[in-house]
Amino acid sequence: MSEFFAMGGHGFYIWVSYAVTALLMMIEVIAVIRGKRTVEKRLTRLARTLSRPE
Amino acid sequence: MALKDSIAWYHFSAPKNFYPLAGKVIPWFWGLTIALLLVGLYLSFFVAPTDYKQGESYRIIYIHVPAAWMSMLIYLVMAIYAIIGLAWKVRLADMMASALAPTGAMFTFLALWTGAFWGKPTWGTYWVWDARLTSELILLFLYIGFISLQSAIDDPRRAAKASGLLAIVGVINLPIIYFSVQWWNTLHQGASVSPTMAPKMATIMLTTMLIMTFAFWMYTIVIVLMRVRRIILERERQTSWVMELFGAEASGEKDEKGERK
Amino acid sequence: MSDGVLTSGRQRGLFAAWRAMLVRDLTLAMRRRADVLTSLFFFVIVVSLFPLGVSPEMAVLRGIAPGVIWVAALLATMLSLGRMFADDHQDGSLEQTLLLPHPLSMLVLGKVLAHWLVSGLPLVLLSPLLGMQLGLEGEAIGLLMVTLLLGTPVLSLIGATGAALTLGVRGGGVLVSLLVLPLYIPVLIFGTGAVDAGISGMDYEGHLSLLGAFLVMALLTTPLATAAALRISVE
Repeated sequence: MSEFFAMGGHGFYIWVSYAVTALLMMIEVIAVIRGKRTVEKRLTRLARTLSRPE
Repeated sequence: MALKDSIAWYHFSAPKNFYPLAGKVIPWFWGLTIALLLVGLYLSFFVAPTDYKQGESYRIIYIHVPAAWMSMLIYLVMAIYAIIGLAWKVRLADMMASALAPTGAMFTFLALWTGAFWGKPTWGTYWVWDARLTSELILLFLYIGFISLQSAIDDPRRAAKASGLLAIVGVINLPIIYFSVQWWNTLHQGASVSPTMAPKMATIMLTTMLIMTFAFWMYTIVIVLMRVRRIILERERQTSWVMELFGAEASGEKDEKGERK
Repeated sequence: MSDGVLTSGRQRGLFAAWRAMLVRDLTLAMRRRADVLTSLFFFVIVVSLFPLGVSPEMAVLRGIAPGVIWVAALLATMLSLGRMFADDHQDGSLEQTLLLPHPLSMLVLGKVLAHWLVSGLPLVLLSPLLGMQLGLEGEAIGLLMVTLLLGTPVLSLIGATGAALTLGVRGGGVLVSLLVLPLYIPVLIFGTGAVDAGISGMDYEGHLSLLGAFLVMALLTTPLATAAALRISVE
């Protein structure tokens, strides 16, 4: 197992590369989901104020 | 109206119709992304053999090369959307161009980052002014320019048009920049030091690289569809269909009217 | 004053309008000599910093001289790009220009030429002095001037598109360098490449013809892009 993670002595470079890739992708997904949620909340509030005076 | 609706492209180029469509296909593309990623990762760590020259560190190219390919592909697609947006005034195309840029910039950064971490064990240094790494760096600058211009302009319509034009100018210049850098590199360094695979690369290695590329591709589609849905809501917030989506009572207007700008 | 020039230009056809644009921009630049001189002094100061920052050894300086002078020229061009359309945009004469019956791209070309005469040509004329400062000799200095003569118009042409895109945008001055500098790279590579080749006794005609090709391409394409960018920005 530890041999697998050592990757013939190059483990550090390989795992840093894969980890940063995974991390950036996850950050992007979370950022997009949160961004959309913020917009949705704002629009829900806007829709409520719009339909009230009607 | 029926005639127009029968043309699917026309129908779905309206943000109002594209929004629910994108929502429907996103889970499917998620499934594809995850399946391809699992297969690709399994192949790259457990099936692909150790490279006899580079040892284990060559496994980085299974994310480096796909990231580099995607970074270029995304810029190209972005420019095509920008052309469609400017020439035929398709709002959805502008939105797609804006939605692609951050992911393209991310893949460009990843290509640089993984290139550096591949270079260290292989060539003994994190950074070399090699033609491909330098071109990738310049591509990152072009993405940053696009994103900064878009976020600096307050009026979303002008921002979309201006950054679209910039993307077109960029895509015309890209081959010129690439060949200049190539020439500059041969003059100053000679050999290229980017991950170059032997022409007779093992089939399993090529397959793994292609599967990882498709995984990144599907990921790009997912994330861009998710982002474009947000952009649609933001830019179409004055329309009645968006307001109805969020529970506002239709204020006497009919659906069809909301579709207009 | 600008109104008068523009309306009379409308009556006398495209060339007259084009010349009126050029003369007007040159007149305005002459009235604001300080602006022009500022970017020139900037050019001189940046180049003079290198011996202080790198090494006073002439051998070292000679090696980096073409690159240093070219990069300083790019940066000096950046400084003057903001002025190209901003004043016209503020006083409203740009909108009138857009309404003229002539092709906007041709009028843009007039403005770019004015910009180059005021901020590009002085760099070319000043470059031998800076070349000598960094230890370049006879032929290399001549070559440096030729590359700058071919290259600086390209800088003005591409810069015009960037200036038009960032017109009236907050932080436009910094933004324009972000947009435009990456596009300057081919000119930088072949401009310095020609001088380097000349110094080491190699053939440099290929570089010069490529720089010439860049100039022709920029002349044919950037005015259209700049015109489109102006319409987007002023609309």
